Amino acid sequence: MKSNFLREILLHIPLLITASICILPVWWVFASALKTQQTIFTDFSLFPKNPNFANFILAWKKAEFGTYFINSVVYTILVVGGILLIASFAAFAFSRLNFPLKNVFYYLFLAVLMIPVPGAIVGLYLLLNKLGLTNTRIGYVLPQINGGIPFGIYLIKTFMDKIPYELDEAAYIEGCNKFNLFWKIIFPLIKPAIGVLVIFNVLGVWNEYMLALLVLSDKHLMPLQRALVVFQGAHLVNYPLLMSGVIVTILPVVIVYIFMQRYIISGIIQGALKG
Amino acid sequence: MKVVNRDNQLDNYLWILPALAMFLVFTVYPFYKVLQLSFVEWDGITPHVKFVGFKNYINILFHNKIWWVSVLHAGFITLFALTVQNFFALMLAVLVDRGVRFGNFYRLCYFLPPMLSGIVVGIMWNLVLNADGLLNFLLNKIGIHSKIAWLAEPKTALLSVAVIHIWKGFGWAFVIFLAGLQSIPRELYEAADIDGATYKQKFYYVTLPLLVPVLVLVSILTVLGTMQIYDIIVTTTGGGPGYHTEVPFTQIITRMTGTSQFGYACAMGLIFGIILLVVSMAQLLVSTIKNKYQV
Amino acid sequence: MNKKGLLIILCLCLFNFSCRKIEDKNKIVVWHWMSDKEEVFEQLAKKYYEQTGTEVVFQLFAPSEAYSQKVKTAAQTKSLPDIFGILGDKRDFASFVKSGYVLNLTEYMNANNKEWLKRFFPQAIAVNQFLKDNEFNAPEGIYGVPIDVTTAQILYNKDLLSRVGINEKNLPKTFDEFIELGRKLKEKGIPGFVSGWGEIWLISTFAQSYAFNIMGFEKVMDTFKGKVSYTDPDWIKVFKIFEEMKKVDLFVPGTITMINKVAEQIFATNKAAFAFNGSWCINVYRQFNPNLNYGVLPMPKVNFKNSIPVWGGPGNSFFINANSKNKDKCVDFLKWLTEEEQQKFLAENTGNIPANKSCLKYIPAISKSFVKDLLNNNTFHPNTLPVSELPEVYLAFGKAIQSIITGEKTAEQAAQEVQEAKKREMNRLK
Repeated sequence: MKSNFLREILLHIPLLITASICILPVWWVFASALKTQQTIFTDFSLFPKNPNFANFILAWKKAEFGTYFINSVVYTILVVGGILLIASFAAFAFSRLNFPLKNVFYYLFLAVLMIPVPGAIVGLYLLLNKLGLTNTRIGYVLPQINGGIPFGIYLIKTFMDKIPYELDEAAYIEGCNKFNLFWKIIFPLIKPAIGVLVIFNVLGVWNEYMLALLVLSDKHLMPLQRALVVFQGAHLVNYPLLMSGVIVTILPVVIVYIFMQRYIISGIIQGALKG
Repeated sequence: MKVVNRDNQLDNYLWILPALAMFLVFTVYPFYKVLQLSFVEWDGITPHVKFVGFKNYINILFHNKIWWVSVLHAGFITLFALTVQNFFALMLAVLVDRGVRFGNFYRLCYFLPPMLSGIVVGIMWNLVLNADGLLNFLLNKIGIHSKIAWLAEPKTALLSVAVIHIWKGFGWAFVIFLAGLQSIPRELYEAADIDGATYKQKFYYVTLPLLVPVLVLVSILTVLGTMQIYDIIVTTTGGGPGYHTEVPFTQIITRMTGTSQFGYACAMGLIFGIILLVVSMAQLLVSTIKNKYQV
Repeated sequence: MNKKGLLIILCLCLFNFSCRKIEDKNKIVVWHWMSDKEEVFEQLAKKYYEQTGTEVVFQLFAPSEAYSQKVKTAAQTKSLPDIFGILGDKRDFASFVKSGYVLNLTEYMNANNKEWLKRFFPQAIAVNQFLKDNEFNAPEGIYGVPIDVTTAQILYNKDLLSRVGINEKNLPKTFDEFIELGRKLKEKGIPGFVSGWGEIWLISTFAQSYAFNIMGFEKVMDTFKGKVSYTDPDWIKVFKIFEEMKKVDLFVPGTITMINKVAEQIFATNKAAFAFNGSWCINVYRQFNPNLNYGVLPMPKVNFKNSIPVWGGPGNSFFINANSKNKDKCVDFLKWLTEEEQQKFLAENTGNIPANKSCLKYIPAISKSFVKDLLNNNTFHPNTLPVSELPEVYLAFGKAIQSIITGEKTAEQAAQEVQEAKKREMNRLK
């Protein structure tokens, strides 16, 4: 018993060290949010003596977080939902169906993933302008869905390929059609991949700013990152409010992350049961 | 790879149709535009462009020493990430997967860095790596007298940037590895237990082989993500001192927005894309060859 | 699946309303990047509406690089707003003008015996103007309206310097005295000089002031034209300045990769004796440390036969879209914005120096010391030089100086590097 206990403590050491290296700077951000502009760079304490919790409310009001927040939630749901559906359909086809030029298309999607094209954003803007989609929510959402598809396909296919094909055969024998095979049998088995994909894309959309800036002009369409801009003047940065804003921005992502971890774990349990 | 043949193969196209449609509209057109622009000299403003053929490409490939230095720098950070970052991420993922207490707490901690935007990360690490920042403060406490401005010294700037990058990127590798580990059916471990396998044996004969596709995935993503490093550099060193932390993206963005050589920047972007494509395809190829030999 | 599909389509429909409104004859849209001024602008817009019934909508896009990109892309698709800013060098400005995106304001400026024109510091107008036969072949005229002005100066911390016996009366006047002072500071353990020299334009600006001082205006122009090499002894003297500063360990560690904001924090919190910054710093320092005791140090000369001009000109300027449907209303608004009352309001609320000369009586003493050089016509600005240096060479110049400060290159080696870049670029652009 004792040696097991010791072993477990040894395991915790690297875990804890890494955790503190990760947390420390983030805690500093939180502590900074509670300081004032004058003390933020002179007072290095992690627990400020006169915490100014009002900063959070002030940041929310000053940056008009309300509208931006709702916008970001909508954009996130639309984009992540879109990516999930489209990418998983495609990954299913690449993983378990056959059709002419299958590999050509698959590698085409992979190639897109692997060729980052800075400057494409300008081309994208010109396209959206031609389609009349500038300054619209759809114009902002669609390119982001498109952007997330290659990674989604690659990730989901990687996890899907691990599911034994005998499962498919058994399902077909029992009269299952392709769609039900996908939706009722395969999809639940790739929950870890879905979890990762959701987290990845939620974070991506939540932190997105460049495209919003180019495509959208009206304030009431802007996503959350726009709120933080108010605190980052060309010359003067209001650090406590900025840090407060950052904390507020991260919180929903943390919540999504916690949920997704539970989702991934439930997927594992399901997988065990299926086996 | 056995795939059950179902009636009309062409029906299967429906599954990839939405993805393909979006691809044609939102990827192909902008890509074509960038390709077009890479053959011109354009400042991003005038309605007219000046066609110069391959001049931009020739200049980048043969006369631009700084471009290749920047690629090398990104390569260095990538190698650092592939080895140090991914090794630790895998080890810690294995530990958490085993089922340690407070596993959920660790999972949350490790993912905090990736949640922050590059700009905030830059501000934070400036304070840690300043001459009178946290790192020197801690070093002084354990007796090493250091007044080094880590981000400003030619010898340490690139390494410092690499450390910041893996601090931020570690969480990603960890999450994906963990997902990969947790999708390995537990019965395999139970079967191995029954056969009397030690932990090391289980790792080498059950875990690792089944993890290979995820390892490849993480490698490719690490290469892609790290080579495109940008935000962190802009908020900490600006590419300096001198050219010591210049990376491909700082070169490209400077020319797009700063010196208004948009066409040149597009050519740089495409060359960079091809480099990445070749490296990633090579990684994929190596993994498929490996697979063939293992089966 | 059906339910989810319907839900998605419903969502898409609900939120897909186009937000492009029909051009409102009584509305002006202004795109700006000045996050610190957002509230002030909105107050001014409200005031203007009450006075004239014209609605002015200020839309903020920041940071400035992102703003720049947005304006350039909007120009491509002819969707520029009524009023906007151009952030970039003279070449970019010329491009906008030549492409017909900017309204020529010369007639408006000259109207009523140049009433509007006379309000401003001549340097602020000069930067927004193209003269006849300019190097870019842009049509001659005044195109921009400055709303504030700025100069870059060396600042000194009065408290820290008093510790080595320096006060307003015995400030260093020559560069050698400045270096000597640096030595004294080092002995006392007082950190010397800080500036955001991770940003190339700040280093180059400092260097150019000294270039003008050491070799005079014409020779610098000849260098840009390619007639004089950067390896000329006078240029070596310019590079040597940084060698001298390094020798006495004058720089606060980390200066060469610092962004200006970090440098501002350091000076504001009494952690450096000297700073080099633009007049916008007044507001920044006030926020971080209202008790900061500092002043402007006239740049210590190397060569006493020449003047040492400082970087100065407009801070922020607005331009009117040549294709705007509300051109006259835009002109009226910008005229209003640069009237004494509004300029006073801006100055008081943002700490910037007003572009309207008659407002000088309202600004604090420290701002007045920034303005001195503008009044004495002792400023330069890259956009008003008859010849501009090529952007790639300008970059190489700053980077080379950074290598001198890190000790990697000597002045001669740095000069060599810059000259090579110059040759390369001139060949490439043939």
